[in-house]
Amino acid sequence: MLSSVFFYLFATICCLSGLMVVSSRNPVHSVLFLILAFFNAAGLFILLNAEFLAMLLVVVYVGAVAVLFLFVVMMLDINYSELREGFQKYLPLGLFIGAVLLVELFATFFEYSGNIKSLPSPGDVHNTKALGQIIYTDYVYLFQLAGLILLVAMIGAIALTLRKRVGVRKQVIADQNARTRAETVKLAKVETGAGVKEISR
Amino acid sequence: MIIEQWLIDLAWIVVKILAVVGPLLIAVAYLTLAERRVIGFMQLRKGPNVVGPFGMFQPFADALKLMAKETILPAGADKVVFILAPMLTFILALVAWAVIPFDAGLVLADINVGILYLFAISSLGVYGVIMAGWASNSKYAFLGALRSAAQMVSYEVSMGLVIINVLICVGSLNLSDIIEAQRGMWFALPLFPMFVVFFISTLAETNRAPFDLPEGESELVAGYFVEYSSMSFALFFLGEYANMILMSAMTTVLFLGGWLPPFDFAPFTWIPGPIWFILKIMLCLFVFLWVRATTPRYRYDQLMRLGWKIFLPFSLIYVVLTAGFLMAFDKLPGIGG
Repeated sequence: MLSSVFFYLFATICCLSGLMVVSSRNPVHSVLFLILAFFNAAGLFILLNAEFLAMLLVVVYVGAVAVLFLFVVMMLDINYSELREGFQKYLPLGLFIGAVLLVELFATFFEYSGNIKSLPSPGDVHNTKALGQIIYTDYVYLFQLAGLILLVAMIGAIALTLRKRVGVRKQVIADQNARTRAETVKLAKVETGAGVKEISR
Repeated sequence: MIIEQWLIDLAWIVVKILAVVGPLLIAVAYLTLAERRVIGFMQLRKGPNVVGPFGMFQPFADALKLMAKETILPAGADKVVFILAPMLTFILALVAWAVIPFDAGLVLADINVGILYLFAISSLGVYGVIMAGWASNSKYAFLGALRSAAQMVSYEVSMGLVIINVLICVGSLNLSDIIEAQRGMWFALPLFPMFVVFFISTLAETNRAPFDLPEGESELVAGYFVEYSSMSFALFFLGEYANMILMSAMTTVLFLGGWLPPFDFAPFTWIPGPIWFILKIMLCLFVFLWVRATTPRYRYDQLMRLGWKIFLPFSLIYVVLTAGFLMAFDKLPGIGG
């Protein structure tokens, strides 16, 4: 009974905050509602006994991805009224995609309703271990392949954004450490009124 | 009847939560005092010693003073987010204690993914900071928040890798299992470099000196909480100190053997587990304060360099080394089990 109470709680907040993501006026609020939606999705995962996935959702999406999202949205100088203008134009496309997803959801629901089996629970092995077994033992090559794709994407992103700027002062620690006393410090006896012009290297 | 039973269970849970949170809040209050006293003594001053015996009532005097102040909402601030941010910081610093084990079986929720839960909660701390910085509608606050966000995200990565190091030695994500695995030898010895990396990362994660750039007074006035006053400021303050205690507890669980005594024989085993646990947390906290009293603040590019170019590769290499060592000597835990 308690779990169904929590299910409806999480599901309701999740749906409502999803709605607020698209309808709130301020993009920063949108991202904050998105985070709330992630959170409740994590709660739903816990109700399915998939606690590892729930924690991963929080660590990866809420703890890292959404932070960068929020970062970008806050830095942008957004004209809120301009943002609204595209609404009419994109509405049909949005509705179409929404309809496709809804149909898929219903198809899945009717396909599996009756014999819904949330997670295979193999005996006393808890799902973190089961997941590890599948990812790192059974499908290790595919997993490595996915990692390689991510690596390529990462290198691509770095190559696109990295630029060498000239005229920027930068600390080169090796150079600093390589300096000796002889070439940096000079003891000079300065005559009063004469200044230090003559002894500069 | 069922409802009645349910209510009794609920009340029992609330009592247990209060039994953790109450002492924690008192600990936070006295940590602020300890910080001022310890740093005072290190700098050959006395620190606050007037209010009560040895200045023992100083935290309460401070709290009363803060409560009596006016709460200011800056013009142009996003009011909801502005008020939500300190609450979030404080709540996150408290909820993480749900999984911290004080002794064998003495834990609120002994969940299977305890360490991941801790990691997740500590990675959420950044939201309080960003939300506060953005909602304040102030340049100083915003700059502080941006610095802090970048800093916390960077150091989380190396913290995650250090945790992986511990996990491959244990073979479980459960905090009680992690502590039990340290019977005989604490992980601080075989994984000593990782222990150091983890501790420095926790300094950065809690925005403490020498990584307290988000609140660098000389450039940013006070960073992300410049605009906060009264209780909303107090919540940030308490949250920061509660986070320090939490991070010390995490260090203790991962590297210093939690509730286990340092040596498994007579005079040490007489002292009960929770006392050991608290002593170890206090040791970590002392180092926190010690570092603050003795090190100058890092420059921002140095901070990023340390996080991404030194700690991250180093902890990654150490993961490979640890895994290779365990594999070579056939010591990998939990195979088949």
